[in-house]
Amino acid sequence: MADPVKFTIDGRPMQAAPGTLLINAAKEAGIAIPSFCYYDGLALQAACRMCLVEVEKTPKLQVACTTPVAEGMVVQTDSPQVRQARKGMLEFLLTNHPLDCPVCDKGGECELQDMVFRYGAGESRYVESKLHVDEKQWSPIVFYDAPRCILCYRCVRICGEGLGVGALGIGNRGAAAEIVPNRGDHLECDECGACIDICPVGALTSGTYRYKTRPWEMEHIGTICTHCSNGCKTTLGVRNGNIIRANNRDRSGVNGEFLCVKGRYAFDFNENPERLTAPLLRAGGEFKPVSWAIALATVAKKLSELKARHGKFGVIGSNRTTNEENYQLQKFARLVMGTSNIDHHRTGDFATLLDTLSGRANALATTADVYTTKAALVIHSDLAQEHPLLAFQLRANSRHHKAHVYAVTPGPVREDNYGTGVRADPGREFEVLATLREKLAAETELIFLFGAAIKGAAIRQLVEFGDSLGIPVKYICLLDYSNSRGASDMGLLPDLLPGYRHVSEIGLDPGMDCDQMLSDPNLEALWVVGSNPLARQSLGATNAFLVVSDLFLTETARRADVVFPAMSAYEKNGTVTNVCGDVQKLSRGPKTMGTKSDLDIVALLAREMRADLGPTKVDDVFQEIRRTVRGYENLPFGVIETGGAAATAPVHGPVRFESRPELIRPTANGLFTSGTLGRFSGMLNGLIESPGALYRDPHVRPVIEFGSGQLEMVQDK
Amino acid sequence: MTFSPELEARFAKMLQSYPPGRTRSAVVPMLLYGQDEVGYVSQELVEEVARRCGVTPLQVDEVIGYYSMLHRARLGKYHVQVCTNIACQALGGEQLYEHASRTLGLGNKDVSPDGLISLEEVECMGACSWAPAIQINYDFHHLVTPERFDRLMESLRDGSYGRKAS
Amino acid sequence: MRYNEPSDLEVRVISQRFDLPNSTSIDTYLANEGYVAIRKALGMTAEAIIEELKVSSLRGRGGAGFPTGMKWSFVPRNSGKPTYIICNSDESEPGTCKDRLLMENDPHQLIEGMLIAGWTIKSNKGYIFIRGEYRYLIEIVDRAIAEAYERGYLGQNILGSGWDFDLYTHTGAGAYECGEESALLESLEGKRGVPRLKPPFPAVVGAFQSPTILNNTETYSSVPVIFRNGGAWFAGLGTPKNGGTRLMCISGHVNKPGVYELPMGFPMMRLINEVCGGMRNGKKLKAVIPGGSSAPVLTAAECENLPLDFDSLAKLKSMAGSGGLVVLDEDTDIVAVALRTIKFYAHESCGWCIPCREGTTWLKKLLTRFHEGGGTERDIDTIGELASNMLGRTFCALGDAAAMPTTGFITKFRSEFEEYLKKSQGRVQPAPELINV
Repeated sequence: MADPVKFTIDGRPMQAAPGTLLINAAKEAGIAIPSFCYYDGLALQAACRMCLVEVEKTPKLQVACTTPVAEGMVVQTDSPQVRQARKGMLEFLLTNHPLDCPVCDKGGECELQDMVFRYGAGESRYVESKLHVDEKQWSPIVFYDAPRCILCYRCVRICGEGLGVGALGIGNRGAAAEIVPNRGDHLECDECGACIDICPVGALTSGTYRYKTRPWEMEHIGTICTHCSNGCKTTLGVRNGNIIRANNRDRSGVNGEFLCVKGRYAFDFNENPERLTAPLLRAGGEFKPVSWAIALATVAKKLSELKARHGKFGVIGSNRTTNEENYQLQKFARLVMGTSNIDHHRTGDFATLLDTLSGRANALATTADVYTTKAALVIHSDLAQEHPLLAFQLRANSRHHKAHVYAVTPGPVREDNYGTGVRADPGREFEVLATLREKLAAETELIFLFGAAIKGAAIRQLVEFGDSLGIPVKYICLLDYSNSRGASDMGLLPDLLPGYRHVSEIGLDPGMDCDQMLSDPNLEALWVVGSNPLARQSLGATNAFLVVSDLFLTETARRADVVFPAMSAYEKNGTVTNVCGDVQKLSRGPKTMGTKSDLDIVALLAREMRADLGPTKVDDVFQEIRRTVRGYENLPFGVIETGGAAATAPVHGPVRFESRPELIRPTANGLFTSGTLGRFSGMLNGLIESPGALYRDPHVRPVIEFGSGQLEMVQDK
Repeated sequence: MTFSPELEARFAKMLQSYPPGRTRSAVVPMLLYGQDEVGYVSQELVEEVARRCGVTPLQVDEVIGYYSMLHRARLGKYHVQVCTNIACQALGGEQLYEHASRTLGLGNKDVSPDGLISLEEVECMGACSWAPAIQINYDFHHLVTPERFDRLMESLRDGSYGRKAS
Repeated sequence: MRYNEPSDLEVRVISQRFDLPNSTSIDTYLANEGYVAIRKALGMTAEAIIEELKVSSLRGRGGAGFPTGMKWSFVPRNSGKPTYIICNSDESEPGTCKDRLLMENDPHQLIEGMLIAGWTIKSNKGYIFIRGEYRYLIEIVDRAIAEAYERGYLGQNILGSGWDFDLYTHTGAGAYECGEESALLESLEGKRGVPRLKPPFPAVVGAFQSPTILNNTETYSSVPVIFRNGGAWFAGLGTPKNGGTRLMCISGHVNKPGVYELPMGFPMMRLINEVCGGMRNGKKLKAVIPGGSSAPVLTAAECENLPLDFDSLAKLKSMAGSGGLVVLDEDTDIVAVALRTIKFYAHESCGWCIPCREGTTWLKKLLTRFHEGGGTERDIDTIGELASNMLGRTFCALGDAAAMPTTGFITKFRSEFEEYLKKSQGRVQPAPELINV
């Protein structure tokens, strides 16, 4: 690395790597240089002129966001001239600003307000008329108020560079310049709302949040999105127990500022009026709300009786419940009921991958790796639709580090636009991979991200292929739901205990899998937690006693004898493990009266059955997991507790289990669907009806040019 | 969307004049020549230019908003552009524009009801030494007095414009 | 054709063929020393060509006056990328109408100048970016290009040199900002004409992200004669560091406005009084805008004994700019000129950066109100302060181009603004001086 450059900012001697931008060098030293258009990771604009600083021996003020530090440079960031320039710039900005802060959503967390408060003048010399343009609605989610817009182009860049969608542009010129959507008067895009969140002012506002509250009336609770397996941190704005909005403006978590439409807006399922708020007991063919005491007693009585006569009992767990809940649930099945009839809806063959990679270090990629790897290969997944964070990370990696991205998929995918896209019909992936061998082998490292179509023997074949390249390869088995990985890790499998130990280790035989339980006519009782298997098939054991815990009266719940109203992920504490094995913490935000967490339901039921399941508190269960579950040993508690992500360790040693590829059923949830939760999100359903699928438009390739230089010198308009 | 054979030939040549993979360069010329033939930049023209140049309609839209000669609304058959910038202003350009506006009964960028004439107050067109100047479509007219202006407008109306040297 | 009578005081170097019959045809050009310079240049190394240009003291005729030889020397010649020769024929600076004549009357001279540039950096492609309003010139230049192809001056293996060069015209569509070189390159790439961040400069990262020579029409048109007659000869026509002649565009209140080719350093008052036949109607000179509307206005007193070259005008904190001189007589309403000037920049501001977008618009609105009689004492200072809040702080030079003349009007003709206030007092309710945010 080149020698650091020495320079002085505000009289303080400093040094930084050559090429460091002045604005970042100052930030490192705790000196804030104000700016609107400069945004970490996005192309440089030098448009807002707020970051002007004085550089000795340079007659004109210099723009700190595009000026690299230079040897011997002497910079003043707070001289009278600089202060005057900032004041002048803000005065210009406010000339056509409507100053409607009292009714603006952004009031209280507006960068323009803050900037004027800190650097601006208390009065304005502007007495001319303002140019008014009516507010426009571009989609159910996106509203644009041009007069509030300061034209920092953050939205244009996050949409084009960040998302690869390019749905926003700049229309008109001069004072009439404004942001325009890609379909004239409306947007066709991912509806991710990144443009809204990145907007420093109230120009872009969301249909779900606008005019609902003042920001300071909300509590802000950082938790993990419950929709897909990518595990994005989402910050819930909760007022009076209700979620008013979700965003990730503190850029924490594995996702930084990224969130897709579901993470940002599809929280409304939580307050759907159809949420179950009391246990239901079937009486005479009809459900009747009962107290928790009655419901628990009914189930406990039935299960105790069944257990006493060794009746056939099974559990189908959830892909969305927490690690602690899953862990306790399998304990309930195995220790209380003495059965290994436990499974979950499998969306990928992760156990086979683990077995194949047995004994290897550094073979599983984390979310962070996706952003830093030199090259990646996506096989049989439409990442932008199914794993939007991973898609975002890959694109950012390509943009910031020039990572090479390959996509071998059945149809067009967004990665085609900046990487090497090759079409492969399902089942013919390896033929295509063979043609890419030379290119792939020329990379220095790779991450393979593969979809559910690669399962069983195909996974072993894929790893063989990876090995044959002669370079380090890491793998990501793409699972679908928010805790699919945790369900698998915590032993919601008929032959595997938590940590992928074989059930024989505790003296049990492998139990029935999902399909077997559902079809076995002799099953006497089934407990389904947060899953809806009866949506696609009927229960073989027509007389079986069915207990369901869920948020809604799903097809499965409708068939139940007892229904427990469960809490959603947003209503509880606990941990979840994302598709890359990053463990993160859920934090309780809103509350729905009458519901309980599945952890409490399991504990209460066990207590009702006079059984000891050990710890009952979330943290205590997590400590037990850290002590006993392979891969979770000694996870840094502090990191997770403070909202960070900790990667699980790969399991050493072979995994003894029966691979059942036929049980792998991907959900094919896209950006606008989310299983049961999606069905109860009015917002998501509203969007499905609006036009979308921009990048599937055969003749439109939203190609973004990033120039040739390094990021610092790149601009895109 | 198809254009006249002449324009198609021009477009074909145009697309080949830029370096490989740089068909986006043809966006502005294609829009301007397309507008000349269609009468304005129609949505159909936007989509067509986007398709031919391999860009998104949004990228075409951004360009249209930027260039003052590209118009989303139909212009008159004769687009009369009166310069009022400083050189013309010094010699009565602003009065000429007011005269035009009053006698034609048209405001800036208005089109006459019969679609024959549209009027626009424009910026410097590069005729400063022979001010005041106007352009009718792409034709320059120098040293235009109100009287000369009236005669030109008359020739537009009676169809004699262009048949005699102006 | 020429639109004004020539003057005996002219030194006809680059306009020498303007009055010839069929001056645009290649035969006329060849019969009058055409394509002689490229033959010479083809026998020269790049270093020798650039040296000759440096000796000629040719400076860019677009406005900035940057030494052409130096500009060409900045282009890396072995970057491995293709290189481009771009001509800025987007002539839009108010007061300027010379590039038009160069293309209208002698397109081959321009082509030859670009050829020499192309040969210097072994470029194989060039584009002439012509403003959209000059449609008839695109036709003339296209015909000339076709002729040059026919005679082997363009295309493959030019004059047996083994070097290929293709040349095309490209039309703009109405944007002053595209006269800024990097905005022009953006426009050439089919985008909004918003300038690029600099550095890198176009010499290194120019057209299509490749090394590029980009000059004004008149600059390229001045190149062939330098290689025919020698750089020293060309330099001798002008004043030190300001070589050659210039097409001066004179407009406004003179008896014979027009475009005249005069040596660099020609005295301003001789231009007005002798070349242009003096002030119209015997009026007195009040002011001259000396280099297109971006150049701060000069008072009549400042015009005395003023040689018209880049350095002399810079000394007066104005500029020779594009060579467009607007001469204003004693009856001129300076407030109206200031308003019309800022209206132009507000119209042409691309909107990319805050100070230019908002500053020009504010000034336009303020001056409109002032001009209508709604001004206040405070406004006069505000105009100056707003201009100084823009000056040197905008993304590109357009902000400066708007701020500088505004400052010029307000400082040099402050009394006119004050008079205006008195005259208009009571006509319109003045605006409040301050409002609380």
